[in-house]
Amino acid sequence: MKFDTPATSNPIDQLKVVGRPTTRIEGPLKTTGRAPYAYERHDVAPNQAYGHVLGAGIGKGRVVSMETDAARAAPGVIAIVTTLDMAQLPKGKMNTAFLFGGAEIQHYHQAIAVVVAESFEQARDAAGLIRVEYARGEGRFDLTAARPQAKPVDADGKQASAEEADERVGDFEGAFARAEVTLDESYTTPDESHAMMEPHATIAAWDGGKLTIWTSTQMVAWWRRDLAITLGLKPEDVRVDSPYIGGGFGGKLFLRADAVMAALGARAAGRPVKLALARPQVANNTTHRPATIQRIRIGAGRDGRITAIAHESLSGDLPDGQPETAVSQTKLLYAGANRLIAMRLAELDLPEGNSMRAPGEAPGMMALEVAMDEMAERLGLDPVEFRILNDTQVDPSDPSRPFSQRQLIRCLREGAERFGWAQRNASPGRQRNGRWLTGLGMAAGFRNNLVVKSGARVRLGTDGMVTVETDMTDIGTGSYTIIAQTAAEMMGVGLDRVRVRLGDSDFPVSAGSGGQFGGNSSTAGVYAACVKLREAVAQRLGFNAADASFSDGEVRAGNRRVKLEEAAAAQELVAEDRIEFGDLSKRFQQSTFAGHFVEVAVDAFTGEVRVRRMLAVCAAGRILNPISARSQVIGAMTMGVGAALMEELAVDKRHGFFVNHDLAGYEVPVHADIPQQEVVFLDETDPVSSPMKAKGVGELGLCGVGAAVANAIYNATGVRVRDYPVTLDKLLEGLPDIV
Amino acid sequence: MRPFTYERVRTPSEAAAAAQRPGARFIAGGTNLLDLMKLQIEAPTHLVDVNHLGLDRIEETGEGGLRIGALVRNTDLAADARVRRDYAVLSRALLAGASGQLRNKATTAGNLLQRTRCPYFYDTAQPCNKRQPGSGCAAIGGITRQLAVIGSSDACIATHPSDMAVAMRALDAIVETIDGEGGERRIPIAEFHRLPGDTPHLDTTLRSGEFITAVTLPAPVGGRHFYRKVRDRASYAFALVSVAAIVQPDGSGRVALGGVAHRPWRVEAAEGELPRGARAAMVAILDGARPTHENAFKLRLAERTLAGVLDEARS
Repeated sequence: MKFDTPATSNPIDQLKVVGRPTTRIEGPLKTTGRAPYAYERHDVAPNQAYGHVLGAGIGKGRVVSMETDAARAAPGVIAIVTTLDMAQLPKGKMNTAFLFGGAEIQHYHQAIAVVVAESFEQARDAAGLIRVEYARGEGRFDLTAARPQAKPVDADGKQASAEEADERVGDFEGAFARAEVTLDESYTTPDESHAMMEPHATIAAWDGGKLTIWTSTQMVAWWRRDLAITLGLKPEDVRVDSPYIGGGFGGKLFLRADAVMAALGARAAGRPVKLALARPQVANNTTHRPATIQRIRIGAGRDGRITAIAHESLSGDLPDGQPETAVSQTKLLYAGANRLIAMRLAELDLPEGNSMRAPGEAPGMMALEVAMDEMAERLGLDPVEFRILNDTQVDPSDPSRPFSQRQLIRCLREGAERFGWAQRNASPGRQRNGRWLTGLGMAAGFRNNLVVKSGARVRLGTDGMVTVETDMTDIGTGSYTIIAQTAAEMMGVGLDRVRVRLGDSDFPVSAGSGGQFGGNSSTAGVYAACVKLREAVAQRLGFNAADASFSDGEVRAGNRRVKLEEAAAAQELVAEDRIEFGDLSKRFQQSTFAGHFVEVAVDAFTGEVRVRRMLAVCAAGRILNPISARSQVIGAMTMGVGAALMEELAVDKRHGFFVNHDLAGYEVPVHADIPQQEVVFLDETDPVSSPMKAKGVGELGLCGVGAAVANAIYNATGVRVRDYPVTLDKLLEGLPDIV
Repeated sequence: MRPFTYERVRTPSEAAAAAQRPGARFIAGGTNLLDLMKLQIEAPTHLVDVNHLGLDRIEETGEGGLRIGALVRNTDLAADARVRRDYAVLSRALLAGASGQLRNKATTAGNLLQRTRCPYFYDTAQPCNKRQPGSGCAAIGGITRQLAVIGSSDACIATHPSDMAVAMRALDAIVETIDGEGGERRIPIAEFHRLPGDTPHLDTTLRSGEFITAVTLPAPVGGRHFYRKVRDRASYAFALVSVAAIVQPDGSGRVALGGVAHRPWRVEAAEGELPRGARAAMVAILDGARPTHENAFKLRLAERTLAGVLDEARS
């Protein structure tokens, strides 16, 4: 099904199932331990051996030699594969770092061996007995130091001249020079780790030249293709199965070493092998959100209208890598006739930087929305009103391109009203209650809405059950449930008559989970397949498909009613289709919006920050399932608190690695850090986005939260911190002298 | 984890004797040792399980204090009515540490013996004089935000991670031990943990095989008790700085610091400055500090944390 004109009314609009608060259909399996995650697939292949990955102990250089005799002689060891046993393996299309093979070390904890043994403990012990001699190379580990060598990159991440790469509208420099009120500040965000609960894990088994992996991936088709490339197989000889995922946040988008090492270990051992990356390897072996250094300039008239806005961002990555697109929201969020957007990318020899939840906007909004707070103060305007004053309903660089829906002003007004924003003292550092300094902060929320083609197969079984099959993944987001809701709505049955099977590469290729495109795109694909199934049902039952309605388990037209299952009583009906998106995303700008509001208290003695209240008002199209959507947003808000207050991969700039590579050192919020969180969804549909009229919401909930926290801290203390995370040491000097 | 043998002992002297075996380590709660074994930071060849020695009682001493068995779990010690009444600083310090699950397992002696949380100690690809004597210290010149500001050496800038030990230092606790020959010692807590010097692999002054049987607290000293732990999140993190304080009505008192040194940090001679306020006291307590650029904030933080404690003590 090609989606190239805005949706009109369709069966989803009935909202008998879609849009209703629905608890996860697979929830009971998960809460009772019957939903097996990758490492727990004990039943899928007999005689599984255990693998352990050895990571490189240097950040850059070469492996000179590896002494494995002691490891091979250790109890229980079945096989050892080292990186010197083979040439560097080809990279998958989505990979920046090489995953295995050859002597070259690109980054710390790069996989250099897998040990396969009868038990996990034996494999790990033996891996520790491998002696590696390295030749250390000169690495580039410091983003600031690498700035002079940084190259311009365009919006697609491609290197180009500054003239080609930088996006200019009007005359930024001239307008900024003439502006009555200006801001020119720099902001930094650190490297961050996905720190998902379930580390990367795979069981691999060979059957002749065919390979099956049971793994934990967000993108089944990408993994299949890239694993085939890496191992020199045909894609059809690789099967990927990933029905349950214990969190990804972008860290499981791209093929990772767990799958490659399990496959190589299994081939060497002649047995299925299971392995998981050890927790300390997650930070340095896999990917992370790259650090940024951002410069923002804003010029405005005394009336508060922005006349000039520039956002420049520097980030680093391995050779052939990608920039963190921290500037992307600044193209679209606020009006202003003169604009400059620029990215620079430096080569670094740290582990691969890549997507982490809301890549681009998450760190970009952390800077832009603090800059807006600072600018509002310079203008003497309320931060909410300043944003509203500079709202735009069209793409500022192309006014012929409207937003498909843009209710940012409503999000901000409703948020301010609900949160009691009017109570805020505009003078910072003036609210003291005992040892606590309190303050309110806000930020706009913004994340673009992406749409990705997505396929599904739908079966009407002889038992009357509707079964959906797609390689879509559920990374904890609630995909199972919204897909079931979609199929139930389309086929006119209850959720109890729907089965959903996900994450298997034998199923039609879907959008997968990432970029907050999965929910809308994958359900639209299921919609398309259900339209075909309805046609098949109508034909078999002798209805005209255009006239037939499907509800209450029946197919109806005029006075005629037939039970749905009769269509498949003799033989199962199967339909498959995919949604493909036309140029609507070019004709319209599709984005999602929010107002984020935060109250903090800061200990006047120690600078400890406690978030006291949080509110997000979101406008993100039709909300398919308010329960799982809320869960996504509160999780994202929690991640935003982490980014604001504590999350930072600490770079050892001498040796080139992230030092705090476990969950004791890389701190994320605990329950005690998170207060009451309120989430409000505006009642909205966006017919431009898909037949579902939905949009992404899982990343919107993060974008802007960090800045709202930082702005609240400023309001509480009068200390403006522009380098995240806002840890207490950055506040101490500016706190009241009370010793 | 390396293969190891295991034995369970029945008496303290049996424990001390068993520990004579090369490569032997005691195991009680295992909340630290097992993690270190998994990472091959510790590789004992023999584990002596001391969980069944009956050292799990808290008894009153003839001097009006408390004798805490080595195997009293952190949870039980924190909840003990006498501890909460007379040694509240200890109860509060315990509850500021780890998590409920860990405190259920962790023991009094084990808490004293936990190893540093320096990230370089935990990464076996990095040199560390504490993990591998003579290999060097990767932390110096590296990421040091959490590390020591005082009492450190050119060989090691690690901190001791315990909260409990900081309170015990303020309480002048005594560590009671027995050795393989049956000899008993009473080690003042001030002399129990070492500074790193050029032997940072030695955390304590315990001798080989010496076994902790109890920790004794002297008679209560009264006053108001505080344990203020400052960290980067609200719970489940090690201290940037912690302050154990006992403040008397006349403004005199005791102060011990956590998170700043290789051992709980207390300077009795500086406590005379307490009535003059946090700045005067902390200048004396942290005299001779050698912070890094990254952790110099701990000096200011310690001063301000103590100021908050003294402010509360006055209220």
